[in-house]
Amino acid sequence: MTPDHDLDELEIDLLLEGIYRRYQHDFRKYARPTLRRRLAQALETLKCESLSVLQHRILRDRSLAAKVIGFLTVQVSDLFRDPPFYRAVRDHILPVLSTYSSLKLWIAGCSTGEELYSMAILLEEEDLLRRTILYATDVSVEALQAAEAGVFGIDRAQTFSRNYQQAGGKGSLSDYYTAAYDGIAFDRRLRENVVFSDHSLATDSVFSEVHFVSCRNVLIYFDSELRDRAIDLFRQSLVRKGYLALGLRESLHVSTHANAFISIDRDARLYQKQ
Amino acid sequence: MMLETALAELQRLPIRAIVMGGSAGGIDALRTILAALPTTLHVPILVVLHLGVGSKSAWSVVFSHCRVPVCEAEDKAVAMPGTVTFSPPDYHLLVDGCGTLSLSIDAPVQRARPSIDVLFESAAWAYGTQVLGIVLSGANADGASGLRMIRDAGGACWVQNPDMAFASMMPRAAAAAVPDARVLSLEQMADILKSWTEGRERHG
Repeated sequence: MTPDHDLDELEIDLLLEGIYRRYQHDFRKYARPTLRRRLAQALETLKCESLSVLQHRILRDRSLAAKVIGFLTVQVSDLFRDPPFYRAVRDHILPVLSTYSSLKLWIAGCSTGEELYSMAILLEEEDLLRRTILYATDVSVEALQAAEAGVFGIDRAQTFSRNYQQAGGKGSLSDYYTAAYDGIAFDRRLRENVVFSDHSLATDSVFSEVHFVSCRNVLIYFDSELRDRAIDLFRQSLVRKGYLALGLRESLHVSTHANAFISIDRDARLYQKQ
Repeated sequence: MMLETALAELQRLPIRAIVMGGSAGGIDALRTILAALPTTLHVPILVVLHLGVGSKSAWSVVFSHCRVPVCEAEDKAVAMPGTVTFSPPDYHLLVDGCGTLSLSIDAPVQRARPSIDVLFESAAWAYGTQVLGIVLSGANADGASGLRMIRDAGGACWVQNPDMAFASMMPRAAAAAVPDARVLSLEQMADILKSWTEGRERHG
């Protein structure tokens, strides 16, 4: 590696250490390539010439820190992203879960709520929503607020609807939202049983026993060590025979906790705790 | 002469990874290059094509006449030397200096996810001078700024000759962003990569 490269890495290390010690947000074990790109975008938007300058400012300016943390957590998913995944959950997981008298689901790293509303609609259509508690957690307070508001740009409605139909939706997606101005707002009833909570897979521990953890396209942002920590939390949190869903390009087989789970649908990346 | 200089550059840097990007016409362009590559290719090839082929296994069907193995990226897998790894549809593909792959669902860049710029930028950071970036046929400007970053980091830059490309906009934009990039036909690219691989075999 070149000296410049080492210097860049050092600046990133110091910035992340500073953010952690000052604001308790731990990005130190995030996957570096994506993190680096996000920091480059933050530098450009905030008109900051280097990471060292950003570090100096961020330690003294809480609102700037919140902005940078926003840059480090933003991602863009869709409702019913990967329709075959939701179809698999509908066809194979929910029939089993419906045998429980009450259910707990954990949407880990819920971001702005795309995954959460997809799952809530699925549960509603299988007549399970009213006896389910959903925990929706994320490290970003801004993202949680957006998830709780449940409002998405109207330009995204078409993709959402198409995905919903392909996922085996039983009605029309518009049954679940009202369109107003330039946005669509999902119905309050979908989140009546949702507990929104600030939770970090990097620093927090297990908070409840659940039947199903969905954590899709979150672990891609972590390095291997942090990924394994998160999977261990899921393992501890799940009941015996509980289910775990990962993103379609994420897998358990290289994790240190791989043996705690069996793969039940490789294409959908659905796992069951042994 | 031009081909010898290009070959000498690969040997001098020396190249540890190849990143490629294309859009409209990109699949055919890539087929031409990959078909010429021997199985003894010693570096990983990472590819972003805007037009996915539908399913994971489809890559090996599309590229069935190629001797080098092809696969779709899994998060945190290590890019294998001699293997062509494609970005999955609707994910950005990035790489670190150890060749570990990262995926992201960060916002599309210039409406593209996967984005060629994102892959190239990460490769420039990861490999510095030791990466070859190749921009193929396409009808938008993705890849131009990423190729510029590879150039700025001292890496090697090739662009498909726009006059011979199915869609010229992408290679034209890349050549404009990197004026000293080598503008080559697909056959020339294939020849150089083949000689490079075979030469390395002979000399160990």
